[in-house]
Amino acid sequence: MPQLDARNITLQYQDRAIVEDLSLTLPEGRITMIVGANACGKSTLLRGLSRLLKPARGVVSLDGKDIHARPARDLARELGLLPQHPLAPDAITVRELVGRGRYPHQGFFRSASADDDAAVHQALEVTGTLELAERPVSELSGGQRQRVWIAMALAQETDVLLLDEPTTYLDLAHQVEVLDVVTELNQRRGTTVAIVLHDLNLAARYAHYVVAMKEGRIVAQGPSQEVFTQDLVSEVFGLESQVLLDPVSGTPLIVPIGRHHSTRREEAHA
Amino acid sequence: MPVPSTTPGAAPAGSAPAVAVVRRRKWVRPLTLVLAVLVPLLVLGYILLGSYTVTIPDLLTIISRNLQGEPGIPGASFIVLENKIPRAVLGALAGAAFGLSGATFQTMLRNPLASPDVIGVSSGASASAVTAIVLFGASGVAVSAAALVGALAVALLIHLLSRGSLGGGNAGLRLILAGIGIGAALQAVVQFLMARADIKTASEALLWISGSLNPASGERITVLGLAMMVLIPALMWLSRPLRALELGDDLAAGLGVNVPRARLGLLLVAVALAAFATAGAGPLAFVAFLALPLARQIDPHAGLPAAALSGAAVVVLADFVGANVAPLLLGGSVLPVGIVTGALGAPFLLWLLVVPAGRTGRKVA
Repeated sequence: MPQLDARNITLQYQDRAIVEDLSLTLPEGRITMIVGANACGKSTLLRGLSRLLKPARGVVSLDGKDIHARPARDLARELGLLPQHPLAPDAITVRELVGRGRYPHQGFFRSASADDDAAVHQALEVTGTLELAERPVSELSGGQRQRVWIAMALAQETDVLLLDEPTTYLDLAHQVEVLDVVTELNQRRGTTVAIVLHDLNLAARYAHYVVAMKEGRIVAQGPSQEVFTQDLVSEVFGLESQVLLDPVSGTPLIVPIGRHHSTRREEAHA
Repeated sequence: MPVPSTTPGAAPAGSAPAVAVVRRRKWVRPLTLVLAVLVPLLVLGYILLGSYTVTIPDLLTIISRNLQGEPGIPGASFIVLENKIPRAVLGALAGAAFGLSGATFQTMLRNPLASPDVIGVSSGASASAVTAIVLFGASGVAVSAAALVGALAVALLIHLLSRGSLGGGNAGLRLILAGIGIGAALQAVVQFLMARADIKTASEALLWISGSLNPASGERITVLGLAMMVLIPALMWLSRPLRALELGDDLAAGLGVNVPRARLGLLLVAVALAAFATAGAGPLAFVAFLALPLARQIDPHAGLPAAALSGAAVVVLADFVGANVAPLLLGGSVLPVGIVTGALGAPFLLWLLVVPAGRTGRKVA
C-alpha cells in the first residue's frame, strides 16, 4: 500500500500562500478527516496532495516518489480524487459515468476490457447504485448522484482516495450513507482515504485520524478523541462548545454553545 | 416516447450481456448509422435533382466516361462534373469539418455558445480574407490561404488571452468571452474594409463572407479533404481526454489527463478544422454552432461523429435549397449557402432556447 506524504509544502495561488510549510503523512489504510474553518486551506491542501496544485516549495510523494515527477496517468492509477464540484455530461448514464473512472487504465488501442467491466460493476455494487446503472445521472437525487460520483472514484481502483467535501448539499441520512460507503471501501480494500469534511461530529465518528487546520497550518492531528477537545474547537473554529461522548459510536460529540445559550451553561456550572 | 437509443439500455442491469451491449453501444449509435446512410443519399439527391435534373443512368454514363477519358454527354457532363458534384462534395466536407469543430469546442468548454462562429474564429477568417480581397486584390486560393491564417491567428490570440491570471477554474468561460470580444472587433474591421472598397470588390468580398459553394473545385476539395485526413485521426486520438475533460478540469486531472496540453491539442485541431472549412467554403453561418445541438435533439447522447454528419447534411440541404428552391421563391435569384444556413439557423437557435436541447429525449433516455 503506497504512502502519501507531504514534506514542508507551501501551496499558493499567484503570490498568496494558502498553505505554508506543512508536513503530513496520511496513515496507510486508514481514513483521515481534514477539518477546519472556512478558508483555512484544507481544500487547497487536498489539491496539493492530488497534483492539481504544484507546491511552490516542498515535495508531495507517493511511495517515496515525487508525484509531479511521474506521468499523470501512472499516478492516476494509484491516487484518486473526487473534487468538490464534478460535472456530469448531459444525458450520460450512471454506468457510463462510472466507466469514465477507468480512464487511466485504458489506452487509445485498449478501450473497455473485462477488467474495466468488473471494476465498474464492483464500484456500482459497493455504492449500492447497481439498480441505477442504466438511468441518466441527471434524473438522480442529490444523494444518489453523490454515490455515483464515489462509484466513479472507486472504479479508478486507486490505493489512495482523496474526497473534497463529499457530503456537501446532502441531507443527514445521505451524509451518513456516503460515509458508510467510504468506510466499507476502506475496510474491504484497505484504501487510504483522506476526506475534507465540514461536519465535526461525523468527522469524529468516521475518522481513524483527524487533521485540524487553521490559517494554512496543522494545529492538531491524531485520533479523534485526542484532537476534538473544547480547547481545540475553540482555537480552530472560534467556537465555545462542550465535548460529550457520542452515545452511538463512543467518539467525541461536539455541542456548540453560541451566544444565546451560554447562560444555561453558566447556571449549570454555578 | 421510446427513443431509439433507449433500446440497448433496457437490457437487464448487471448481467454480463448487458455490460457487453452497453460497451458496444458506445461505438456506433443508431443516429450515427442513420446519418451515415442519409448523407450520401443527400449528396446523390443533390446531384440528380434540382432545377437541372439528371437520371441515374446518365450520371453513371457521365462518371464512367469521365474516368475513361472519353467525351461525356454534352451539357450534362459539364454541369454534373464542374458544378453539381464539386458543390455537393465540398459542401458535405465543409459541413462535416464545421460540425466536428463546433462539437469539439462545445464539448470541451461545456458550453453551447463555444463554437468557432461565436468565439471569433470565423470572424478572424473573414477579416483576413476580406483584407486580402480588398487591400491586395487577392482571389481564389490566396483568399483561402488568408482565411486559414486569420482563423489560426485569432485562435492563438484567444488562447493567450484566456490564459489570463484569474485562477484555474473558469478557463472555458474566459476563452468564450475573449473570443466574443475579438470577434466583435474583427467584424468592425470587415465592415470598415467593405465600406471603403469599390462596389465590385465589395460584392466579391460579400459573396465570400456569406459563404458560397460557387467556387467549388477539385482543388478546394483536395485541400480540405487532405486536411481532414490528418485532423480527424488527431481528433479521434484526443477524444479520450475530451471525454474526461467533460467531467470538469479537476476531475480530468485526477483521472490522469494533462489538462492544459489536452485542451491546447483539442483547440488546435478544432480551429484547424474550422479554418480549412472556412478557407474552402467561406464562413458558413451557424453550421458549427448547430450541428451538435441538432443531432442532440434526436439523440441526447449524440457525439462527434453524429455532429460531423449532421453538419454535412445541413450544408448539402441548405445549398440545395439556396440553388434550387430559393430561385422559385425569389424570382430567379440564387442564394449562397451561407445565407440559407443563417436564415435556417437563427430560428432554430431561438427554438433551442425555448425547448432546451434534448430535454424531452433526456428524460426517457
